[in-house]
Amino acid sequence: MAALFYILAALSVISALTVVGARNPVTSVIALVVCFLSIAAHYVLLNAQFLAMVHVIVYTGAIMVLFLFVIMLLNLNKPDGPRKSLAMRLAAAVAGGLLFITLAAAVRQGVQIPPAAGFDPGVGLVRSVGHVLFTEFLLPFEVSSVLFLSAIVGVVMLAKKDKDGTDQATDITEAERARRAA
Amino acid sequence: MTLATALFLLVLFVITLTVAAYSTYAERKVAAFLQDRIGPDRAGPFGILQPLADGTKMFMKEDFIPAAANRRLFTLGPAIAMVTALMTGVVIPWGGELTLFGETFKLQGTDPEIGILYVFAIVSIGVYGIMLGGWASNNKYALLGSVRAASQMVSYELGLGLSIVALVMLNGTLSLGGIVEHQAANGWNILYQPLGFLIFLVCAFAETNRSPFDMPECETELVGGYHTEFSSMKLGFFLFAEYTNMFISSAVISTLYFGGYHVPGLDRLGLDPNLTTLIGTAALFAKTFFFIFFFMWVRWSTPRFRFDQLMNLGWKGLIPLGIANVLITGTVYHLVELWKG
Repeated sequence: MAALFYILAALSVISALTVVGARNPVTSVIALVVCFLSIAAHYVLLNAQFLAMVHVIVYTGAIMVLFLFVIMLLNLNKPDGPRKSLAMRLAAAVAGGLLFITLAAAVRQGVQIPPAAGFDPGVGLVRSVGHVLFTEFLLPFEVSSVLFLSAIVGVVMLAKKDKDGTDQATDITEAERARRAA
Repeated sequence: MTLATALFLLVLFVITLTVAAYSTYAERKVAAFLQDRIGPDRAGPFGILQPLADGTKMFMKEDFIPAAANRRLFTLGPAIAMVTALMTGVVIPWGGELTLFGETFKLQGTDPEIGILYVFAIVSIGVYGIMLGGWASNNKYALLGSVRAASQMVSYELGLGLSIVALVMLNGTLSLGGIVEHQAANGWNILYQPLGFLIFLVCAFAETNRSPFDMPECETELVGGYHTEFSSMKLGFFLFAEYTNMFISSAVISTLYFGGYHVPGLDRLGLDPNLTTLIGTAALFAKTFFFIFFFMWVRWSTPRFRFDQLMNLGWKGLIPLGIANVLITGTVYHLVELWKG
């Protein structure tokens, strides 16, 4: 099990670095998909199968497909990230290096993260997740669903057209659009 | 993983590939039947060796990669499509229990608590094969095909999910084995969820890219859609993945709504338990083959949708229906519970 954990952890870190480092946006998206899958595998190692599957369905299956969709539509397949000036790159290297040294020092000081008291292997089962969600975290759960509802209503408002064909978001009428197209 | 499970998975793998291969033969025969033709009849008696001939042809053809294509993703696309298509069969209960040499074996690869979600997760990864393959071809028809595939899959996953929510509420479990056992005790889910079944069926057609929802490879407007540039066995994998998906979704439909391997009244006959299990497995395959035939029947008798019609049906038809189905199921379930006391 420990070996599996280290392989998965390495995979997560490497793919996460590839997301940031890759010049081609499609490579970044694929690396992010691999990263999400490896995190789902971590959940399975913790016996949280429900969380793992929901993670794959929502992030890998829906959100990343939309990312890829947008990149394909915008045809961003040219690897042309903005070139930074030398001073900028130097500053970034120094700042990042300092942060790394601080973190490494903190870890070397022997920060012990105590294991969560008595790991319960049943914590990730559907039954326990549902129970916690509808008792302890009922308010945040309901508030986030209201947030989603308002997002849906907002999108419908923006995308809706008036009876005369005027776009709600831009106030462009049907006739105006036809004139521009011509 | 024990040796028995490994052996079972190997057998399942071979059966899945065989069924997928012979589905291509069945498709041509069904098409011929519906169009009053004879169909393939040259290779072997009744053309029974046609899939072998097709397979050999696929392997022998030149494996061509266009100069402007992204070579790595071009190879990755069909691989993802094929692998994800083969992964779902593991959680489907193909039968009850077999007792051989004094040991009991379950005819199911594994029965995780979240079996049905696993099927969803794998299906949602499957779309990457089509998207990456189509995009990597660097061809506008292929790109249009993969963009269509992505939007279609994401839209119809919602309807699929909503039809499952009502089903899970009724059965009280996400495990596929548990759902079959619940149906054996309480009657098949189709009796309680006719609307949910219809929604699921329509969404299954869309998720497998089968006609009338085969917009991603619509040959009248997109040449070959996402697989325009593919040749040889890379094309073969895309086509094979479609037939494998069709087989697996037929098996999932039979498992979720038609009792899986359960045959009504079989337990009362007092047969040998092993025989009962084998009859159950045969029954599941019979149900599955019926749905494969249904997929083909629809393909050869309905015209293709237009893409805006497809989106309208998904978002304005199936999703509201799915939500209504969840509400009705919940209300009736609670009223029945109240009435029972």
